[in-house]
Amino acid sequence: MLQKDLLGIKEISVEDITLILETAAGFKDVLGRDIKKVPTLRGKTAVNLFFEPSTRTRTSFELAAIRLSTDVINFSVPTSSVVKGESLIDTALTVQALGADFIILRHPSAGVPHLLARKLRASVINAGDGANEHPTQALLDAFTIQEKKGGIEGLDIAIVGDIMHSRVAKSNIYSLTKLGAKIRLIGPPTLIPEEMKEIGVGVFHTMEKGLKDVDVVMMLRIQMERQGKGFFPSTEEYSKNWGLTPERLSLAKDDAIVMHPGPMNRGIEIASEIADGPQSVILEQVTNGLAVRMAVMYLLAGVKR
Amino acid sequence: MPKELLNKKDIDRALTRMAHEIIEKNKGIERVCLVGIQRGGVHLAKRLASNIRGIEKREMPVGSLDIAFYRDDLSIRKEQALVRKTDVPFEVTDLKIILVDDVLFTGRSIRAAMDALMDLGRPATIQLAVLIDRGHRELPIKADFVGKNIPTSMSENVEVQLEEDGLEDRVILEKIV
Repeated sequence: MLQKDLLGIKEISVEDITLILETAAGFKDVLGRDIKKVPTLRGKTAVNLFFEPSTRTRTSFELAAIRLSTDVINFSVPTSSVVKGESLIDTALTVQALGADFIILRHPSAGVPHLLARKLRASVINAGDGANEHPTQALLDAFTIQEKKGGIEGLDIAIVGDIMHSRVAKSNIYSLTKLGAKIRLIGPPTLIPEEMKEIGVGVFHTMEKGLKDVDVVMMLRIQMERQGKGFFPSTEEYSKNWGLTPERLSLAKDDAIVMHPGPMNRGIEIASEIADGPQSVILEQVTNGLAVRMAVMYLLAGVKR
Repeated sequence: MPKELLNKKDIDRALTRMAHEIIEKNKGIERVCLVGIQRGGVHLAKRLASNIRGIEKREMPVGSLDIAFYRDDLSIRKEQALVRKTDVPFEVTDLKIILVDDVLFTGRSIRAAMDALMDLGRPATIQLAVLIDRGHRELPIKADFVGKNIPTSMSENVEVQLEEDGLEDRVILEKIV
């Protein structure tokens, strides 16, 4: 059973995931109509509380709220300021006192959404907490895979790149494993945590081995700020070894789909012709993100306090 | 013990009469479409369409409408309504739409259905066909075609059971315990 918050995929059941995906299908229908808005959550208020820069996730949540007839405001906090525990909670309480029913939270530290969820009456939706989780991204990825492949159980799915620092990877590993997919992680040894081998996922350090016959290739953004910290020698070197090129993609199944959470570094982790090619579902991920976020807000609004 | 109000024969007869009434009132079925409200209404809309086809020897478009996004009780329900498929495979603008539901009670589902329909276009008219009208309206809504009027008390529940859901066709009245 869903609780009032969506903190991570780790915390929710397969039934919850399935319910969210089914509900999202209904909202996707709405988004395809002339009138793309429903009165469902009229009179509610959502606040985007972002302690980290974000354009697409914030915009997606904002539009999802608007499509549900929920009022939404953006509360951006300068990233440079060090936010102390107490002032963080005060900020959240202030936002709640303004009448927020949903607090959509992004924070550079793992666990902050969990902390605030305990302090607040409002529904907290985790929009990314440090290297922990980014649950709505994993849900929209699952929705996209299901739509393209007809199901998730039994699929071979490769996740490529900086697994260690990626909340997208972590949420996807939780969700796709719960839904019965077989996961392979591909990347430099320095960017795949050792523990991953113990949770039953495949670990590969070369694309040539890892991509063989997969159904889905999920690329991660290489975070430029990690350059020069000893995780990989250089962007060029990374691209040469772990970039997705047409030759490498041809190792996957013929009907494999290519995903990327954005924003992409074209020519580094993914070749432009793949990003724009027939196997890419990258823009559909963006559209599906709206439907999934509408579904999450709809379902959380129904949870009794 | 639930009390049986209608059996299979009664339901068939009521739907046959309603099919005739729909044709009579609309002077044929030119530009007339049926839209069933999820879930019970969808089955009944299909049955009405099949009856009408038998009389008029013409196909009639049938759609299904989910009203979860348009309900007015989201904040007071025990849990959120399941979202089912809305599938109206035609342009509703300028059509005569006949909404079909199994039980007409407070009228709130019909209000929601009309709003949902209006977001799909601008129908020429909206009419309402229900198998059971059990009274207790909370909104100024009235059915154009009724299978059977059944006076009930608020402490009773009317349930339409249909073969399409793997049950025997019947309508039952139960006390809410």
